[in-house]
Amino acid sequence: MDTEISTPIQFKKKAPKPKGRITTFFISLYDIHKFILRFFKEAFVPPFEFKEIVRQCYEVGVRSFTLISLTGFIVGLIFTKQSRPSLGQFGATSWLPSLVSIAIMRALAPLVTALIAAGKVGSSIGAELGSMRVTEQIDAMEVSGTKPFKFLVCTRVLATTLTIPILATYTGFIAILGGYVNVATNEGTSYSTYMQQVFDPLTFIDFTASLIKSIVFGFTIGIVGSYQGYNSTKGTEGVGKAANGAVVTAMFLIFIEEIVIVQITSWFR
Amino acid sequence: MHKPKAPIDYNNAVITIKGLEKSFDDYHVLRGIDLELFQGENLVVLGRSGTGKSVLIKIIAGLLQADSGSIEVLGQYINKISDHELQQLRIRMGFSFQNSALYDSMTVRKNLEFPLVRNRKGITRKEIDDAVESVLDAVGLSQTINQMPSELSGGQRKRIGIARTLILNPEIMLYDEPTAGLDPITCIEINELINEVQQKYKTSSIIITHDLTCAKQTGDRIAMLLDGQFQRQGTFDEVFDTIDERVKPFFDYNFIK
Repeated sequence: MDTEISTPIQFKKKAPKPKGRITTFFISLYDIHKFILRFFKEAFVPPFEFKEIVRQCYEVGVRSFTLISLTGFIVGLIFTKQSRPSLGQFGATSWLPSLVSIAIMRALAPLVTALIAAGKVGSSIGAELGSMRVTEQIDAMEVSGTKPFKFLVCTRVLATTLTIPILATYTGFIAILGGYVNVATNEGTSYSTYMQQVFDPLTFIDFTASLIKSIVFGFTIGIVGSYQGYNSTKGTEGVGKAANGAVVTAMFLIFIEEIVIVQITSWFR
Repeated sequence: MHKPKAPIDYNNAVITIKGLEKSFDDYHVLRGIDLELFQGENLVVLGRSGTGKSVLIKIIAGLLQADSGSIEVLGQYINKISDHELQQLRIRMGFSFQNSALYDSMTVRKNLEFPLVRNRKGITRKEIDDAVESVLDAVGLSQTINQMPSELSGGQRKRIGIARTLILNPEIMLYDEPTAGLDPITCIEINELINEVQQKYKTSSIIITHDLTCAKQTGDRIAMLLDGQFQRQGTFDEVFDTIDERVKPFFDYNFIK
């Protein structure tokens, strides 16, 4: 056949008009808003994915457990060690347990846990869902009659929201134990005396604020990671961006939320 | 190779599309598509890459929304039904993805069980096991049941992807590039599988491809997608018996003379 190869008519592929940063920011804000609303719309309507939620809780806990244990202990130990000279100048080293407990329960435990979880769990959720999106696994779920948003997103967000407070409480106790090691080594304080001094200054508001903070942080980590992964595009590059975006955005939001919640709780003290 | 024939009911269209249009930004991909898929028919949609073939079946499956036009699938207009109705309709359609889209974190068994467990409430363990064995047997891969997708070859992944859709006994099968990236022998095996599926499960299928061997072996009818519209439709010989300069090169490149 001598027919010359002709090229089919190609329609002009005009590049979309570039959007300004402010426009992009507001579009993203709107999209996240829609994503969060969709979560509340689907998460609390049957059928519930209890089995998958439990599995995700286990994943979140296991993924962060070792690092959180280590970090919590070191934070408590170092914080006590570094605070000692300052208090020692006023002859107030006996206040160390109280100082440690207030600092840890009010601020450090939820914050450290959330930051570690944002890195370990948030990035993992972003990468996992991003990979599922670009390899059409999410589409495959959709066409097989499953609601992927409910199965993948709602379960992960609920898992982080439930598990991060538990991990934060655990971190708090481990950090207090770290502080005890330092106090016991230097002052020879008994465990029971140390624990009494630790819990004496803590109030109901401290525990409540810490719990609320952890819940908010957990929700943030889950929703940001899921949003980034679920809306991932552009192949493997998109997966990397989703994982990175999940960590950076979650950490940024966690700091903002920390400031807001500290401010609010200070009104109740 | 002789393609086994299944009866086609030309009085019963399972998919009817009229005036379908779809654009991405300023790129007008589909420009007024009219299409009918009849009961028991294998329809092959041919066209170059980027002509909107995959977009077409993703619109049929409700994964993408059309800009305009009507899409009637098994008696329901997919752009007019609720999410729940769409979900129920999707169970009656099987979608075989270009890259198989197997769930990486699950074994072959779990991949196959997943749609079944989620859509058939109250199904017993025995019924699940029987269904899994049946579809694995249908695609000839019973030995892979406990393997992970990463341990399978490209051809095996395609077969498992098809098996996963078959487990819900679909009435319509949508194949997106079923032979893409496979060696010629495996391509022929997949083509035979598509025909076997049509015979055994009495499905009506749309097969998206640019592989003319696949089109010739599987297609009862060929529709050539060019410039956003179906320019030629008919049997394989009818479509390529043309002097149309946009169609002939397609044939020449696929079958070296």
